[in-house]
Amino acid sequence: MTGFTTLLYKELLRFWKVAFQTILAPVVTAMLYLLIFSHVLEERVQVYPGVSYTTFLVPGLIMMSMLQNAFANSSSSLIQSKITGNIVFVLVAPLSYLEFFSAYLLAAVIRGMVVGIGVGLVTVWFTDLPLMHPFWLLAFTMLSTGILAALGIVAGMWAEKFDQLAAFQNFLIMPLTFLSGVFYSIHSLPPFWQATSHWNPVFYMIDGFRWGFFGHADVAPALSLLVVGVCFVAISGFTLLLLKRGYKLRH
Amino acid sequence: MTAAIKVAGLVKQYRQARALDGVDLEIRQGEFFGLLGPNGAGKTTLINILAGLARPTQGSAHVMGFDVARDYAQSRRALGVVPQELVYDPFFTAREVLRVQSGYFGIRDNDDWIEHVLHNLGLTPHADKNMRALSGGMKRRVLVAQALVHKPPVIVLDEPTAGVDVDLRQTLWQFIRSLNEEGHTVVLTTHYLEEAETLCERIAMLKQGRLVALDSTRNLLARRHDHQARFRLDGEPPAALGLKRGQGICWQYGFKEYVELENLMAGLRAEGIKVLEMQLIEPDLEDVFTEIIQNA
Repeated sequence: MTGFTTLLYKELLRFWKVAFQTILAPVVTAMLYLLIFSHVLEERVQVYPGVSYTTFLVPGLIMMSMLQNAFANSSSSLIQSKITGNIVFVLVAPLSYLEFFSAYLLAAVIRGMVVGIGVGLVTVWFTDLPLMHPFWLLAFTMLSTGILAALGIVAGMWAEKFDQLAAFQNFLIMPLTFLSGVFYSIHSLPPFWQATSHWNPVFYMIDGFRWGFFGHADVAPALSLLVVGVCFVAISGFTLLLLKRGYKLRH
Repeated sequence: MTAAIKVAGLVKQYRQARALDGVDLEIRQGEFFGLLGPNGAGKTTLINILAGLARPTQGSAHVMGFDVARDYAQSRRALGVVPQELVYDPFFTAREVLRVQSGYFGIRDNDDWIEHVLHNLGLTPHADKNMRALSGGMKRRVLVAQALVHKPPVIVLDEPTAGVDVDLRQTLWQFIRSLNEEGHTVVLTTHYLEEAETLCERIAMLKQGRLVALDSTRNLLARRHDHQARFRLDGEPPAALGLKRGQGICWQYGFKEYVELENLMAGLRAEGIKVLEMQLIEPDLEDVFTEIIQNA
């Protein structure tokens, strides 16, 4: 195996060994969201014509779960390795910063996708979801989980304590994902919040992903793909720069 | 021949502290080399720079001729470091850890060598246990094994025997010695000076980031000329003979040349004092270390 494939394998094995926590738990959480919100809002809200609220909700929930888990994978793996000190085993190896980045990123993307598939499979019992544009779905999935995976690498490098990582997660990632239109269409918001939502990149991830299912979106899917693509390139470039400098990894 | 390790003008400045202050050092291939110094002398910083875990502020460091920054892939392949801290990955078994570590170095199908290392470090019965289930001593052995998976020509052990039992020390030194006999360069830092005295051919001493001594172990030991003799006598000797009260009922006598002992004996005989017991104490590395570090 090469250094890259080994690090990827190790990262995959790491979350697979604790699959209850890393895969099953987020699937159950998404299912609970679906149960509660669909129960409360099914009869009262219709976002797109001819699409029930439960059906509308599912793609957002899948994407939210994928994003949160992609972030959790890279960030928690890195901070655990830093705090326990075993990051040293990777750092003394002849791995390039590009291999390091790609392995952590891809493992987090895969974890996100596995959780996403899990949530998708569970929701089959609740609703019948159309699948209009599968390749767009895949593109939004890869790029969006990639962004959060890279953010997770940055957070994992930056944080020195679990507390700091939790702050990153609770005060940045959670608000961005919750206020992105997972549970609603931004057209239902007052004009100010509608305008604000357009500054949230997660909004484009969810909106584009939803378009892949319904062929219906709040903004043009090409614009969403562009925003998500640019964000991916920018955050990846920034992460690679930090890794090249050995930011908080090599003194 | 290319030096196993070569550092030149190495400086490492942390915000407040200067961990290394212009260190020049060359370690030859095949040497068993000791790197000694009190806590905070800069030993671990030096090792971290060699391993790429820290970057020098000034100066250069080479492992087997490869610059640790420019040719990092080759220099890291040439180096195996056993870190001082007892670190481990709690998700994996010892064998998984070693396979993964081999893969990081781009080595496939390394099972034969892994088995050899496991066997020589007494780890075979514990190879399939999760790292969390292993005792401190066993975790330390896995750390050593991890540093050796890629058969590095240069092995650096940063206080590998800190807090470990006699059994591991013996197993470890036997194995490391055999690797050294096969041609691997070994660099050791330790607080157990008798270990360095027995194992190392050459020794460097660091204090506050500076190299204060670099010589063969034999020459370092010969630096200290003072011998000590300890006596038990059947009477109190006059002060003029130069004996000092030692512990309990003992008397101590310091001398440079053995002929001085002859004079002392004659003096004791003249006073009618009999020697009941006598013990000669040779200087050891600890004395030399203390003297060099205090005077540096």
